[in-house]
Amino acid sequence: MATEVVKLENVWVYYDGTPVLEGINLSVEFGDFLGIIGPNGGGKTTLLKVVLGLIRPNKGTVSVLDGPRNGSRPAVGYVPQYAPFDHDFPISAWQVVRTARYHRGSWLPARYSKEDEKIARDVLQTTGMDGFADRQIGQLSGGQQQRVLIARALAVRPRLLLLDEPTASIDPDMQAEFYQLLERLKNDMAIVMVSHDITAISVYVDKIACLNRRLVYHGSKEITPDVLEATYKCPVQLLAHGDIPHRVLKEHDR
Amino acid sequence: MMDPITSEALRNAVIAGLLAIIPAGVMGVYIVIRRMVFISGSVAHASLSGVGLGLIASFSPLIGALILTPAAAVGMGIIVKKTRLPEDTAIGMLWATGMSIGVILAALVHNTSDLSVYLFGDILAVPTADLILMGVLDAVIILAALRVYRGFLSISFDEEFSKLVGVSAEPLYFLMLFLIALTVITLLRVAGILLVIALLAIPAALSRRLTFSVPKMMALSCLFSALFTMSGLFISLRFQLPSGAVIAILCGVVFLVFLTVSRLRDRTRRSLHS
Repeated sequence: MATEVVKLENVWVYYDGTPVLEGINLSVEFGDFLGIIGPNGGGKTTLLKVVLGLIRPNKGTVSVLDGPRNGSRPAVGYVPQYAPFDHDFPISAWQVVRTARYHRGSWLPARYSKEDEKIARDVLQTTGMDGFADRQIGQLSGGQQQRVLIARALAVRPRLLLLDEPTASIDPDMQAEFYQLLERLKNDMAIVMVSHDITAISVYVDKIACLNRRLVYHGSKEITPDVLEATYKCPVQLLAHGDIPHRVLKEHDR
Repeated sequence: MMDPITSEALRNAVIAGLLAIIPAGVMGVYIVIRRMVFISGSVAHASLSGVGLGLIASFSPLIGALILTPAAAVGMGIIVKKTRLPEDTAIGMLWATGMSIGVILAALVHNTSDLSVYLFGDILAVPTADLILMGVLDAVIILAALRVYRGFLSISFDEEFSKLVGVSAEPLYFLMLFLIALTVITLLRVAGILLVIALLAIPAALSRRLTFSVPKMMALSCLFSALFTMSGLFISLRFQLPSGAVIAILCGVVFLVFLTVSRLRDRTRRSLHS
C-alpha cells in the first residue's frame, strides 16, 4: 500500500529575484528510493531544504508526512552534504548521534531515556560505527564522519530520509556497502538522494529525476529514449566507471 | 612600600575574582565552541555605553551596563539573524558605536576619568553592592546555562540539524547572547571592558586542548580562570600593576607557553617515531 510522504506542488524559490526552483512538482511515496541528479547550482540542496522546512518557498505548496507544516519535522532524517561542524568540536560520535534524540522541556541537562540510548546504539551498529562511539568526531575519517551523520539521521527514526551528495566523502570501496545499507533501510522509509554524480545513482535507486531549476521526473526504473527526449535539458555527463553496479542515462537533448 | 590596601578592599577583590570564575569558565566554553569570541568582544565593548549611562544617571555604572549590554547583545543577534549584513561588519559597528556612546555620556558629566576603571578593570576597588549584583548574575547564568545545556550544545554543533529535531535554535541563540552579556558584566570590574575577552576565550581555548568533553572543558576552564584571576590579583598587588592587564597578560602568556610546549612535545614524539 503506497502512502505519499512528500508532495510538492508548483514550488518556486527565488534567491535575490533569481529563480532557483521553478514550478517543482514532486511526489514521493513510502518505500520509494528516489535519486535526483543535476548539475551543481541546479537547486538540489535548495529542494531538500524546502522539503525539510528550512527554506520556505516563494510560491507553491509543500506537504511532508502528515500534511503542510512549518518548522521542525521530527520524522525526517537529513544527511547534509558537508560536515557542517568544526573538526575539533568537543563531541564524540555517540554524542553526535544522541543530539537527534533531543526532547523539549525536560528540566536540567537531563538524562536520555533508555529508549534514546538504545536507538543511538542501534543506529551506530546499523552504520557500522559502533566501534567508534567514543571517538571525537574530528578524529574519524571523512567516510566515517559521513556514517556518523547517517546514523544521526537514522536516530530520528525517520519515515523519510534525505541525503545530500552522500557519496562525496565516501571512498569508492565503501560505496557498495553504503548502497546495501540504503537498500535495507528502504523497507522502513522513503529515501531521497541528490547528487551531481551520475555514478552515484546505482541500481538500487528505484526512480530517477533530473533537476536543473526544473524537475523532470522519470517516475520509473525503465527510461526509454523517448522519455529522455521529452525531458528538460539537464547537463549530466555520460561518464561512469568503477565496480559499483550503475546505470547510465543518455544526455538530454535540447 | 605600596599603598595601604584595606582588608575590606582585599576581601572584596577575592570575592569578585571568585564570582567572575564560574560565568567566565562556563560561558567561555560556549563562546569558544560556537565561535562567538568576536561577538562577545563586541558586546563587551558596547557595555561602555551602559557604564556611561550609569555615570550620567548617577547610579552604579554596573546597573547601567546591566540595562544596555543585554540590549546590545540582542541587537547584535537581530542583525546577525534577521539581516544579511555580514557578521564581522555587525561586530565592528556595535563595537565602535557602543563605546562612543559611553564616552559621550561620560563627557557630558565631565567624568571620563571614571571610564578607565571600567575599561581596564580594578579588582581592588569593587564596592560591596557590586558584589551582590555579581552574585545574582552568577546564579542566573549558572542556572540558565545548566538548564539549556543540551540545546546550547546542539546549536553550537550543528544549528541546522538542531532545528530539524525540534530545538528552538533561534531563541536559544538569543538566550546565549543574553547570557554572554550578563557574563561580561560580571567580568567588568575584574578584567575591564578591553580585557574581558581574555578571560572569556583563553581559559576555554586552553581547556579545549586538554579534553573533548564539554563538561570537563567547563570545569577545567573555571580552574584556569581561578588560577589567572587569583595569581593576577596577587601579582598586581605585589608589583602595583593594574589588575585587569595582569590577568589578561597571564592568560596570554600561559596560552603561548602551552602551545609552544605541546608543539615541541609533538615534534619530539614524531622524531622518536621516525
